[in-house]
Amino acid sequence: MATQHSRSAARFMISPAVILLLGWMLVPLIMTLYFSFLDYRPLRGIFDCCVGLENYSRFMGSSSFWDSVTTTLSMVGGILAITLVLGVLLSLLLDQPIWGQGIVRILVIAPFFVMPTVSALVWKNMFMNPVNGLLAYLWKFMGLQPIDWLSEMPLFSIIVIVSWQWLPFATLILLTAIQSLDSEQIEAAEMDGAGSLSRFVYIIMPHLARAITVVILIQTIFLLSIFAEIFVTTGGAFGTRTLTYLIYQRIIESQNIGLGSAGGIFAVILANILAIFLMRIVGKNLDA
Amino acid sequence: MGSITLRKVSKSFGATQVIPPLDLEINDGEFVVFVGPSGCGKSTLLRLIAGLEDVSSGMIEIDGADATLTPPAKRGLAMVFQSYALYPHMSVRRNIAFPLKMAGVDAKVAEEKVTAAASVLNLTDYLERKPGQLSGGQRQRVAIGRAIVREPKAFLFDEPLSNLDAALRVNMRLEISELHQDLATTMIYVTHDQVEAMTMADKIVVLRAGYIEQVGSPLELYNNPANRFVAGFIGSPKMNFIEGESAARHKAHAIGIRPEHCALSAEKVAGAWEGTVEVAEHLGSDTFFHIETADKGVLTVRAIGEFGLRHGDKCWITPDESRIHRFDEDGKTIG
Ligand SMILES: Nc1ncnc2c1ncn2[C@@H]1O[C@H](COP(=O)(O)OP(=O)(O)OP(=O)(O)O)[C@@H](O)[C@H]1O
Ligand SMILES: [Mg+2]
Repeated sequence: MATQHSRSAARFMISPAVILLLGWMLVPLIMTLYFSFLDYRPLRGIFDCCVGLENYSRFMGSSSFWDSVTTTLSMVGGILAITLVLGVLLSLLLDQPIWGQGIVRILVIAPFFVMPTVSALVWKNMFMNPVNGLLAYLWKFMGLQPIDWLSEMPLFSIIVIVSWQWLPFATLILLTAIQSLDSEQIEAAEMDGAGSLSRFVYIIMPHLARAITVVILIQTIFLLSIFAEIFVTTGGAFGTRTLTYLIYQRIIESQNIGLGSAGGIFAVILANILAIFLMRIVGKNLDA
Repeated sequence: MGSITLRKVSKSFGATQVIPPLDLEINDGEFVVFVGPSGCGKSTLLRLIAGLEDVSSGMIEIDGADATLTPPAKRGLAMVFQSYALYPHMSVRRNIAFPLKMAGVDAKVAEEKVTAAASVLNLTDYLERKPGQLSGGQRQRVAIGRAIVREPKAFLFDEPLSNLDAALRVNMRLEISELHQDLATTMIYVTHDQVEAMTMADKIVVLRAGYIEQVGSPLELYNNPANRFVAGFIGSPKMNFIEGESAARHKAHAIGIRPEHCALSAEKVAGAWEGTVEVAEHLGSDTFFHIETADKGVLTVRAIGEFGLRHGDKCWITPDESRIHRFDEDGKTIG
């Protein structure tokens, strides 16, 4: 198969796809880069060329910028922590032979198929509403004052909503990892006198390390661009303005395309720094 | 100490009974080998003893105390798995030290024990490596090392050599036998290789479909097999079985004669069985002839050294009358 001829034929055949993908990626990136050096405010009819780095200094100079970076990082970090801890526990549970295993597994995966906007609205109106929400009823049932989740603890609420969506993903990856653990290793540990906690710490967790790094990597990439959940719940208010959301506000609400583009370029750089950092960790873990 | 007694132990998975109730006595310091064809329940029996499976009925006694419901860690037995089951993310040192760590042994004492085990097993140079960086034989030794440091009452081996190549297998076989001489600890060893069974065992337990067919020393089983199954299973090449008229002459349903108990001749011998050489297998030290006979089927005969017969040659086989085994319709040996 892999003759010189077939290889060049293969290259020729995949070139349309590669060119399309490159164009798809490069054109918006270059346009963003280009806009970030302009003073471009379409509603006011301003289109001034070449303001240099002014957009960048203004975007990063504003106090909301650093707030948004911290919000982004704590949101991503919180979601990662919740999905990983619950994901490990849930996958351990799902690995046990239980009655109706197939159905339970499908149910666990289900949240992943719900659109982010829909799930955020469902949470907002059905669970977290301070008057009619299920949680409000629960609080009242326990004799407590219902909490207005989205205004009293907005960041935490969004973390919960997004964690709910991403938990199935983490669980699924971790479950397949647990299932690939050689049962003889567990039995050997059992004979060696390891109790269930020791088995978890010394055998299962190290085995899961790779899967966990993969989950962290993939989730981080996707979570950096959370938007819909914030848009339909708090609208970026109450300290839930992430970097993505700040850029959106700059472009759509302030109608300042140059400023927003500068933020976009910064977001790309931030994502890449994180990705390189994570890839290093994953690479190290995958080598072992 | 390390005597193990099974009383009416049985095991069923769902509706299928894998081990029918069986009794077995394993004495302290004995090297016991379970042999039998694939799927006969050897591993299951070993896992019952280890405590990795619960018995369906019956009782397991270790050192005279009832251990039927004792969890595996408390039975004081160590197991070496077929896949070695080393912990891949731990160094060899930490692998061997793991049972000690779990037992809460002092780190310094543990270190000494690991060093001692490593020197016995020639692992000293590999202590910092991960299992993935070791050869099959070295991994095997690490698995044994992990078992030794616990100073168990008995070792359980489940086909520990089946993943090794032939030469290494012979080596490891010797090493395990030597280890048994040194430690004098009870060892239970599962294999389906009858050569391993014959060479290593003090006592062989032949299993078929969960039933114990015979228990005895290797030579007892070789010389006095209790039935046709054991006779065919022990010894290599396999015993020849002959039914029909020749068997009837010995007042038996079938007779058996081992390939090494037949004399072969290229010239006609009075009273000998006549045949034609089909295949000659030359091993150098011996030659195995597969000989087609008119009324007795294909017989295997072993000749020492080279024997100038080739495919298609006529030959005559004289069995050693005193070495003929007789079996009845049920395959039982007629005494
Ligand atoms: N968990 C199980 N559930 C159902 N049946 C099982 C289970 N484990 C083993 N068996 C059955 O029990 C029988 C004996 O299995 P076992 O593993 O003890 O065989 P074995 O003698 O060790 O064979 P081998 O030499 O191939 O390892 C087999 O028929 C097998 O299918
Ligand atoms: Mg087996």
